[in-house]
Amino acid sequence: MTRQQFRLAEGGRIDRDRPLSFRFNGRAYQGYAGDTLASALLANGVHLVGRSFKYHRPRGIFSAGAEEPNAIIQLETGTRSQPDLRATQVELYEGLRAKSVNCWPSVRFDLAAINSRLAPLFPAGFYYKTFMWPGRAWHLYEAVIRRMAGLGVAPTGPDPDRYEKTHIHADVLVAGGGPAGLAAALAAARAGARVILADEQSAFGGQLLGNGESVDGKPGAEWAAAAAAELVDLPDATLLPRTTVIGYFDDNYLTLCERVTDHLGPAAPPELPRQRLWKVRARHVVLATGAHERPLVFQGNDRPGVMLASAAQSYVNRYAVRPGRRAVLCANNDSAYRAALDLQEAGVEIAAIADLRPAPDGAGVEAARAQGIEVLPGQAVVATQGGRHLTGVEIAPLSEDGNALAGPSSTEKCDLLCVSGAWNPAVHLFSQSRGKLRYDEGLACFVPGRSVQAERSAGACNGRFALADCLAEGHAAGTAAAAAAGHGDDSGPVPKAEAEPVGAIRAVPCVPSRSGRANKHFLDLQNDVTAADVALAAREGYRSVEHTKRYTTLGMGTDQGKTSNVTGLSVLAAALGRPVPEVGTTTFRPPYTPVTFGTIAGRDVGDLADPARMTPMHHWHVQVGAVFEDVGQWKRPYCYPRQGESKREAVDRECLAVRNAVGILDASTLGKIDIQGPDARKLLNMVYTNAWNKLEVGRCRYGLMLGEDGMIFDDGVTSRLAEDRYLMTTTTGNAARVLEWLEEWLQTEWPDWRVYCTSVTEQFATMTICGPKARDLLAELVDGLDLDPAAFPFMSWRAAAVAGVPARIFKISFTGENSYEINVPANYGMAVWSAIMNAGEKYGITPFGTEAMHVLRAEKGFIMVGQETDGTITPHDLGMDWAVSKTKDFLGKRSLARADTTRAGRKQLVGLLTEAADAVLPEGGQIVSELARKPPMDMIGHVTSSYYSAALGRSIALALIKGGRDRGGETVHVPLLDGSSIAATVTEPRFYDSEGERLRG
Amino acid sequence: MFLIQCPWCGPRDETEFGYGGEAHIARPAGPETLSDADWADYVFMRKNPKGVHLERWVHRHGCRRWFNMARDTYTHQVLGVYQMGEPPPGPEGGDG
Amino acid sequence: MAERYKQQGALAHLHLAARTAEGPEDASVRLIERPFQGQINLRGEIGDEAFRSAVESVAGLSLPETPNSFLEQAGRRALWLGPNEWLIVLADGEETALAEALRAALAGQHASIAEVGHSRTVIGLAGARAREVLRKGCSLDLHPRAFGPGQCAQTLLARADMILLQADDRPTYEINARRSFADYVWRWLEDAAREYGCALVAE
Repeated sequence: MTRQQFRLAEGGRIDRDRPLSFRFNGRAYQGYAGDTLASALLANGVHLVGRSFKYHRPRGIFSAGAEEPNAIIQLETGTRSQPDLRATQVELYEGLRAKSVNCWPSVRFDLAAINSRLAPLFPAGFYYKTFMWPGRAWHLYEAVIRRMAGLGVAPTGPDPDRYEKTHIHADVLVAGGGPAGLAAALAAARAGARVILADEQSAFGGQLLGNGESVDGKPGAEWAAAAAAELVDLPDATLLPRTTVIGYFDDNYLTLCERVTDHLGPAAPPELPRQRLWKVRARHVVLATGAHERPLVFQGNDRPGVMLASAAQSYVNRYAVRPGRRAVLCANNDSAYRAALDLQEAGVEIAAIADLRPAPDGAGVEAARAQGIEVLPGQAVVATQGGRHLTGVEIAPLSEDGNALAGPSSTEKCDLLCVSGAWNPAVHLFSQSRGKLRYDEGLACFVPGRSVQAERSAGACNGRFALADCLAEGHAAGTAAAAAAGHGDDSGPVPKAEAEPVGAIRAVPCVPSRSGRANKHFLDLQNDVTAADVALAAREGYRSVEHTKRYTTLGMGTDQGKTSNVTGLSVLAAALGRPVPEVGTTTFRPPYTPVTFGTIAGRDVGDLADPARMTPMHHWHVQVGAVFEDVGQWKRPYCYPRQGESKREAVDRECLAVRNAVGILDASTLGKIDIQGPDARKLLNMVYTNAWNKLEVGRCRYGLMLGEDGMIFDDGVTSRLAEDRYLMTTTTGNAARVLEWLEEWLQTEWPDWRVYCTSVTEQFATMTICGPKARDLLAELVDGLDLDPAAFPFMSWRAAAVAGVPARIFKISFTGENSYEINVPANYGMAVWSAIMNAGEKYGITPFGTEAMHVLRAEKGFIMVGQETDGTITPHDLGMDWAVSKTKDFLGKRSLARADTTRAGRKQLVGLLTEAADAVLPEGGQIVSELARKPPMDMIGHVTSSYYSAALGRSIALALIKGGRDRGGETVHVPLLDGSSIAATVTEPRFYDSEGERLRG
Repeated sequence: MFLIQCPWCGPRDETEFGYGGEAHIARPAGPETLSDADWADYVFMRKNPKGVHLERWVHRHGCRRWFNMARDTYTHQVLGVYQMGEPPPGPEGGDG
Repeated sequence: MAERYKQQGALAHLHLAARTAEGPEDASVRLIERPFQGQINLRGEIGDEAFRSAVESVAGLSLPETPNSFLEQAGRRALWLGPNEWLIVLADGEETALAEALRAALAGQHASIAEVGHSRTVIGLAGARAREVLRKGCSLDLHPRAFGPGQCAQTLLARADMILLQADDRPTYEINARRSFADYVWRWLEDAAREYGCALVAE
């Protein structure tokens, strides 16, 4: 274990009493509680953390936060492994194990680094130009490219962790807990608003945690802690540390990702979720997301040891780590000077500050000079030296226009180069909210312009970089947001900080090199996009930033270009000779930082992924070993295989039992709608194709429902319960849709009709007993009900007690056998089912599932909505004109007379009998009248239902074939995938008891 | 995700609602008297404006009432909701 | 009339009664199934004086006109479901008699009476963190300023429809779920409550 040779003896927000062991790339190190993986690595002198995406150049820790492009690591192994995390955001815990991504075999010796030597061969659009032709060979290239260019590896096993999602409402959501966000949250909460304050870090304070500034006379971090403590004590404030606001959607709906136990590692309590997704609906939003320091673009700016100035400042102040021994700073603005002073105080030797500005002044500059730091005005770092780590830099004066060097360069030895190209407001969320960005020439960055939603930006994300301004703007935003949400303006005093004027910056998109080339001027460190690549894209005709981005892959890495988009845009604008705002900015899409899939899925996984709807008899089916199938969300028994029986054998047995004795089916899933009111009949007449005027109380009728386009969308039996009351049944899958359809017409078209519809699908357990013995069986269970067909005819219903439970018995049939559909109140379902099973034993009662039901109805040629229909089928297509009234109007009627629905050659329902009796056609199989050696063949239809019929001892099928009713007796063919085909004869779509004698019982 | 003001239940998430397409399309009286073209116009043809759109929604997982909404298809702004049978609201209504 | 003991609730397969000793005594979340309640879905025009007075005299209940609210009288509740729709909740076994009495009183009027008690089950959810459990799957604002005792709502709990009702400010909620979804809703709730510690309680 190496000692932490770069750790400062004192200071920082780390706990030296809690040393933590961890491993990185197989080596053991030690850090402290309060470290991130990045700060702990730096404390051990480890800068080299990865290889770049394309050239596999060595890359070091570049930032201290969410914008990190280089330090992308794979955390842990096995099922808890997480790819592509930023070491700058991973909190250290005991036993942490991490490794670099995108280097093989190791980060120090990377075979693919040869790509760097071949860089001229890998220009912008390399993949498009090279690997896309010939297209057929892509599968050969892909494997190689994926291994060379891939980042982390997704775990392959099931995720062992829990993830939660939760909704929450707020008057004011504050995104970001730096000085502006804290001031805003305090102001809003003091005024009485329900406030949520979210910050991605473990502690509130933002930059105050790392830059040593003071608020209200206290050290910044102390003030932040006190502010957070006050908020905790307010009843309606919710503080969410370690929580990133990742998305901003319509109507102030925002998503937040809270890392609940990530920082605890294996010590996390098992009852807690690893992460929690918060779905916030806020009346008002204050964006206080801060800013990211902008890099400078110069030759060799990607070497390990090159770091953002503010990051270096954070490492010394917050983590008590010296990121180097001797530093050079290169800056175009004032903020880097504070970093230089803090680094110097921490014992880092400051070799020089190269300031691009010809005449830097201001308090920071003067303070640096007073500390003996050499300031080089009008100069910039123009090249770097070193291999796996920086050893020195070349500094040279810039010409007045910034496009050339204006003198000889000098060399400085250093192991740390801090760069600061000023600041980019983090406008990601503002942009996601559909707010319009505005380019600020003076700050050389995009700032929020016009808001679209109830939202305001405050502080650095609004282009206000001075602490006093951040506090004032945050306080004002919080006060206004609370007032907008209906609270007072009693928001307490404005937190104060010393007002320090911020000097102007000098924007130089690309610092020139002595050679004039820009192929080592990296814009996007993760995707290896250089200024030369962007210039090439411009020369090749790319004008739109969106196209350039995709062509060069600029900003398309896991960091989504947080450090590269604005610099890249500036280079593109310069290459095109157009102002930046004309070139535009790319779209900011959620999430702000990557989110693991588990967090998005939450607990909607496994058997909670979707509700499994169960009938009252479900657990009986489970106990007797039923095999289930999904019908919508319902679980329905498909068949009930006995010991050693295949599913096919079970279905055959169940079918024969119904044809020869008695079967029982759980039909509880059928939709049931109770329709009441004087205009109920009028409604039925409009929604069904047939007439309902003459249906008497006690009788049932089958009906077809069409859309206004004339196409069948549901069918079912409706019974007249009383003078003004009907019970409609629907198919299982369409129950909700049919009720909504009825309500839609009643509410929107016929609001004065006096009729109400109520869903009673689940009020009843429905069990169908059918077969030649059904009547004898039912007779044993009912008292005082005459089952003689003369007294209780087919298509009628009776009220009676079945096994002592009040029931409605419907004598209707979907199997072609004499059949009774018994409805009892659902809580009695199991009791009645058991009574029927007991009484039925001597009749050989056999429970049958959906597959036997399908076979039985297909033998009879009864259609199945969704099988014989697909939204393009009319009643005429199915030969069901008998169910269509010629006299009355109904929904869809006019469409049946349209040219397209009356034309010849429409697909029509037919039966198919295969030449080989045991060959079962595949459902969905295409039908041809003449076989060709290979496709294409003229397809004349398709198989809609196909089964083996045990009752007939052969296969049967239903099909839709063009002009099918005129093709009786013709031979057709169904070609199969393996090149063979099955021949079949076109028949009537009825195979069993075509006179319908059996079902009348 | 939209926050939709159900005229009865108040503001609810979009997931509770169903979309019913363009509003104010009345079923023509005497369909049998219409030409194929006129009938097809009623059944199939719908506006698809960039801007204000008058449309129907149903509070599917709530009170199951249908209502009308004026919504800007470009800004995603819901400009107002009104009951079935009511005319579109004010001057900002209309066909955009 | 059928023997009531023959009834089997939607959650019978979970054997909840045998598990009521589970969970910490001071649990911040308490769950209970309340099966077998009489429920009647009632529809009619509230502006129709004959309808309103018939319901009041037969059911002994005033129908709430304020959306998302319920009224309670003599152990019976009337929940607002829509501008012309209510759910009457009463003791198991009383539902058929009341439905028949209402049908007689409202004969010839524009009204609808449907017994629906068997189509639903009620799950009680109470305790200091009940709100936090609920908001994991419910997008309504459940803050006391926005939703309190006396209010109800038809909405979603995760992927299932529910009628949510707040009975008191401890808070105690009742989740009225459709029968076929009951297994999903119960297991979802128990799983959601896991991080807070959850107790199953007997009535």
